[in-house]
Amino acid sequence: MKTLKYIFAILILSISFVSCSEDNDETSMETNPVEGLNKIYEFPSADHSVEIYSEKTALEVGYNEISIRIKDMASSKYVTNAEATWMPMMHMETLEHSAPHSMLSNSEEGSVYKGYIVFQMPGNATEYWDVTLNYNLNGQAMTETHRVSVAQPADGLNKVQVFMGSDDNRYVMAYVNPKEPQVAINDFQAVLYKMENMMTFSIVENFKITVDPRMPGMGNHSSPNNQDLTYNAATKMYNGKLSLTMTGYWKINLKLLSASGDVLKGEDVTELNPESSLYFELEF
Amino acid sequence: MKAFISVFPSSGILMGCLWCTIFCGIFTSQIYAQETPVDSLKLIQLNEVIVISAGKQLDHQKQRKPLSTLDEFLESSRSINMVKRGAYAWEPTMNDMASERLAITIDGMQIFGACTDKMDPITSYVDVSNLSEAQIGSGQQGAAFGNTIGGGINLKLDKSNFKPTGWNGSLESAFESNNAMRVFGGELNYSDEKFYLNTDAIYRKADNYYAGGDKEVNFSQFEKYNFSVNSGYKLTADKSISATLIYDEANDVGYPALTMDVSLARAVIGSVSFNQDTLLGNFTNWESKVYYNNIKHIMDDTKRPDVLIHMDMPGWSETAGFYSQLNFNKEKNHFFFKMDGFYNKSYAEMTMYPTNSNEPLMFMLTWPDVRTKDVGFYAEDHISFEKSSLKLSTRLAYHSNTVADDFGLNSLKIFYPEMDKTNTRFLKSFSAQYHKMLNDFHLNGGLSYGERAPSVSEGYGFYLFNSFDNHDYIGDPDLNTESSADANLSVTYKKPIFEITAGANYFHIFNYIIGVVDNSLSTMTIGADGVKIYTNLDYAQLFNASLSGRYNISNAFKLMSQISYHRGIDEGGENLPLISPLSYRSGLDFYKNQYSASLSVEGAGEQTNYNPAYGETKTAAYATLSASFGKRFFINENDLFVKAGIENILDTNYSSYTDWNNIPRMGRNFYLTVSYSVN
Repeated sequence: MKTLKYIFAILILSISFVSCSEDNDETSMETNPVEGLNKIYEFPSADHSVEIYSEKTALEVGYNEISIRIKDMASSKYVTNAEATWMPMMHMETLEHSAPHSMLSNSEEGSVYKGYIVFQMPGNATEYWDVTLNYNLNGQAMTETHRVSVAQPADGLNKVQVFMGSDDNRYVMAYVNPKEPQVAINDFQAVLYKMENMMTFSIVENFKITVDPRMPGMGNHSSPNNQDLTYNAATKMYNGKLSLTMTGYWKINLKLLSASGDVLKGEDVTELNPESSLYFELEF
Repeated sequence: MKAFISVFPSSGILMGCLWCTIFCGIFTSQIYAQETPVDSLKLIQLNEVIVISAGKQLDHQKQRKPLSTLDEFLESSRSINMVKRGAYAWEPTMNDMASERLAITIDGMQIFGACTDKMDPITSYVDVSNLSEAQIGSGQQGAAFGNTIGGGINLKLDKSNFKPTGWNGSLESAFESNNAMRVFGGELNYSDEKFYLNTDAIYRKADNYYAGGDKEVNFSQFEKYNFSVNSGYKLTADKSISATLIYDEANDVGYPALTMDVSLARAVIGSVSFNQDTLLGNFTNWESKVYYNNIKHIMDDTKRPDVLIHMDMPGWSETAGFYSQLNFNKEKNHFFFKMDGFYNKSYAEMTMYPTNSNEPLMFMLTWPDVRTKDVGFYAEDHISFEKSSLKLSTRLAYHSNTVADDFGLNSLKIFYPEMDKTNTRFLKSFSAQYHKMLNDFHLNGGLSYGERAPSVSEGYGFYLFNSFDNHDYIGDPDLNTESSADANLSVTYKKPIFEITAGANYFHIFNYIIGVVDNSLSTMTIGADGVKIYTNLDYAQLFNASLSGRYNISNAFKLMSQISYHRGIDEGGENLPLISPLSYRSGLDFYKNQYSASLSVEGAGEQTNYNPAYGETKTAAYATLSASFGKRFFINENDLFVKAGIENILDTNYSSYTDWNNIPRMGRNFYLTVSYSVN
């Protein structure tokens, strides 16, 4: 009987511990929804301010996850019903074009509008990117265009490919995950867009991208148990597996196959052909 | 075990009964007629004991080459062959099986090398100056030292053990012409009935050696120090404590057969033991020991030309363990019980420096911090009858491996996504050995069954490059336990002036672990031919036979000869690698009036059973001739001993089947050993 009492006491104690820790987690989530992100732009206006966040310290060529918050100066609160949309645009000397991008969504976190943009090229002295934001503020429709600078990644690694497929369509493919590669089987993720015209990029469904990671510095060493990238309707991205057997510089050789299995871009890696023309690079 | 029973149903039952028999033996022993016990019965009956004791002046004369390396001593054994990757740190093999199938201990202590490429067999961490003898047990006769398939070797440390000898010391030095090896050693001992202290130090330095025909073998140099202290104190008349500390360090060790050398191989080995002559009245020689050892091994390619990718490959192995053993005699039954356990931590990493220095370093864990736990119980009963004896023994052990490093675990999961962090096994060993005397004939026969867990490399190795077959190796954590059923038989005809022994053993090894090529995998090492995965073959078969003889021509002249045959095949009848061809040796020893001399020949036939799939090429037949001369002088009651000799007199250029990448062995070599001891 006595032991039973003790067990009961321990049970109660452990339950309270568990619930305590849960509470803590929730409160920390609530404190800062942009925890760990870098505020890369803040565009103030008279009555409100637009903040732009990224995991990176600046916008770079390739896939960029972007979080946007709109602060209402009057209430000092972040707006949750802005119904924000966006449009990136590259202004070149002779022409303009957009970039593949997702919709903005605040379904996960009410005050944070999340989405991504795949920048195909960097800006320079004469050519630049801007992003046009449309949103509602206190029932009033707003449109703002902000110039942003997009640079080549500091590591110089290729994480986006813009190419013409053998079907004469132009595609944009960008590396998404793993952001922090491990010596392990990594969850590999990429996005694939077809360029319909200068302003419209549509998500390509049901293609396949074969994966062959190599280390050119180690005699083109490869790894086992990779999984080709296939389309996932839920994430609207291509998911696969990427095995990396050691740290260092890896070239992820890829081949794009259409739904009917035709090779649209890329070649097999063989003794004679050490690399594919379609690839990503990573270092860790 | 399952496979075993289905193949040999009757012997399977026999093995199962052995365990019971040992206990039953305690109660049934009275049935047998009263007999005076056989004199000086060795409780661990071993196939062979090699006397080493470099420090003991008397033993010098018995040895052709005192102060030679421990490797050379072991090689002189009937049952041991040494795999060579250079002039240093040879790997012992027994019954054509190497480290992972043997139980090799130092004074009963489990020690595991820290090198993923087997460049540091544990025999390289002691020196002849520390040791009194090497106890060798073939097959399950070696199970007293640990789980084994091929056999066990225990290197026994040299201790004064409360002999009333007082102070004594000696200095010794040796020189060898071929590789300009300089050896300096000394020891200082004190011993009385209450206390003893043994200290010794030895230093060896050798340059490159020259193969026959004066061909220099580059990167065959080495340098090594070894210090040891042994001490004991008698608490009461029948209780004593003793402690041991060994420090061994080798630097600048060249491995001509490999692509890398070693800049540091260091071992610190320590133990404390408690001994009591009797326990609870009936038990005797109770010995308990706790021990710890720490090994660090660093490979180095900075001195090699044409290194494509510079690599750092350090490894660490740490082991803590204990054992407690005692004897129990009851009429004809001589029992020996031992409880032992160890905990080992093996960790090795590899960092490669890319040619393009802007790229990040390439890093991998080649041994993912594997923690091995092993607790075992060993029991044997040696039953003596009038003209025969029977030895029954068993070892039961719990063995587990855990991958402690997440980086390493995730690395292995690339190959084995479903693998578990921990792998647990129960290992069993049973053996029955019978000895019968029929006039001048001695018959020895035995049956046994043993199991072993895969080694750290076999289970968890990650891209370990093997330069013998030029393949990268990857372990498999889900390997089955390897088991062996073996039978041995020998007949000796013994007369005072001559003795002849014919012996053979056969091992049927189930789930034989060996690297098998996986063509789907890509090599890591630049220039490697492929990748092998450690795999269980259904079975392999090993057969060894030998004929040896000894003839005392006169009191001064003694002749010995030995010839042995070995065969090893896998399940498909293909040859296993590193199996000795027909080999022979013969020696004539002379000893009279403090003079000693010897002439010996050693050789092997052509290796006809080799396997190119394992990187083997046919090794040609060879024979070498060696001679030695010694003289002992007495100077004021002190002892001066001088021994000189020539090895490979004809300067033959040869290599044996064990020589990694067929690196030729040493050519003609003159040696001189001087030892002076003060009594």
